[in-house]
Amino acid sequence: MTRLHDMGGRFGDGPVVPDAPDAPVFAAEWHARALAVTLACGALGQWNIDISRHARERLSPKDYTGFSYYEKWISALADLLVERGVLTVEDLLGQGDDRPHPLASKVLMANDVAATLAKGGPTDRASDIAPRFSLGQAVRCRHPADSCLVDGGHTRLPAYAAGARGYILRLHGAHVLPDSNAHGLGEAPEPLYAVRFAAAELWANPEHPNDQVIIDLWQSYLMPI
Amino acid sequence: MGLDRPQANSQSDLMPHDLPDHPHALLPPDPALRVKALETILTRKGLIDPAALDEIIDTYQNKIGPQNGAQVVARAWHDQEFRTALLEDATAAVTDLGYFGRQGEHMVAVENTPDIHNMVVCTLCSCYPWPLLGIPPAWYKSDAYRARVVRDPRGVLADFGVTLPKKTAVRVWDSTAEVRYLVVPMRPAGSEGLDLDALAALVTRDSMIGTGLAKVPK
Repeated sequence: MTRLHDMGGRFGDGPVVPDAPDAPVFAAEWHARALAVTLACGALGQWNIDISRHARERLSPKDYTGFSYYEKWISALADLLVERGVLTVEDLLGQGDDRPHPLASKVLMANDVAATLAKGGPTDRASDIAPRFSLGQAVRCRHPADSCLVDGGHTRLPAYAAGARGYILRLHGAHVLPDSNAHGLGEAPEPLYAVRFAAAELWANPEHPNDQVIIDLWQSYLMPI
Repeated sequence: MGLDRPQANSQSDLMPHDLPDHPHALLPPDPALRVKALETILTRKGLIDPAALDEIIDTYQNKIGPQNGAQVVARAWHDQEFRTALLEDATAAVTDLGYFGRQGEHMVAVENTPDIHNMVVCTLCSCYPWPLLGIPPAWYKSDAYRARVVRDPRGVLADFGVTLPKKTAVRVWDSTAEVRYLVVPMRPAGSEGLDLDALAALVTRDSMIGTGLAKVPK
């Protein structure tokens, strides 16, 4: 395991504390602004969802652990804006200029919000890569769970499933491969499956003999058994 | 605005090779001020429209929320044909009801039975079916939930005051891709003959994530 965000199965986090039934959607006004600024900046088209997830994962372990949820969002957003050349370090320091930005023509306007949110960002694609596995087939997850494309890079194979044996439960069609897309290496769509794992395959002391965990996994994460 | 706070490096020291790995550290550390500072900078440059931010917030605060998912579940309970369609192709079925968009592009509905109780998590971040359930609650995004529910689902259910029958197995769906899962809770006893709105009132947000059960009619 190389990143703190990959926490499935970890011990020591204590109980889950349910929200009060009347808890507001946003606990503080700045939470709402952080979400909205992040979505609005996404509409500038300078990155994709995998790049933005990876930006949060790349926060230093100290920041990832110490930051609250929306603090991670806004901090990763600031990092991305500078990395992608949208803003400069001087801008963040309050020493930039206020000239109209070349990307200002792409700004998300209030009357386009509804259509933009409704459109979303589907990730299913046509792919030349045929499904290699059929329903019910036994497969084994790659081990270790690290990205194969970029050392220390983004992947969506959780460490707790690395090397585990599972069975193909559903075929979702071909979807954009985050490991590639998060690094600007192209969408590289390939078959995506829901894979069923017995809890006993993943945990030393499963709670119930029939418990299962289902994980969505790309074809390149899986090997035939 | 907090933008003028002293920095370890003066501007002249920030040559390209000194670009900090994490530029966010240049913004005010207080998160509310950090958001405000970024919003101000982006607005001045014409990169965000503050009215668009208000519109986004209004959408997720007032228009899109678990009441949408509750309508879907109520219909699945009420209408066998819709239930079949929902379990077969949830994306098409909920789109027909007018629920679609960001973070709900690819939907799968999973149905609880006496033998299997479904729960949904995103261990790697906070993926959640926004068009049906809105913005996830704080606990869904918490380390405790993300870390534990895959390994200790009954322990998590106990935190929510839920106990399953001994024979019921748990299926935890880890949303690692762009597919979003909706749990269809079991229809409670005593709900026979209720209309769609009365049924929807029994469907809680947590019951559609799997950390709760549908309410029993009074």
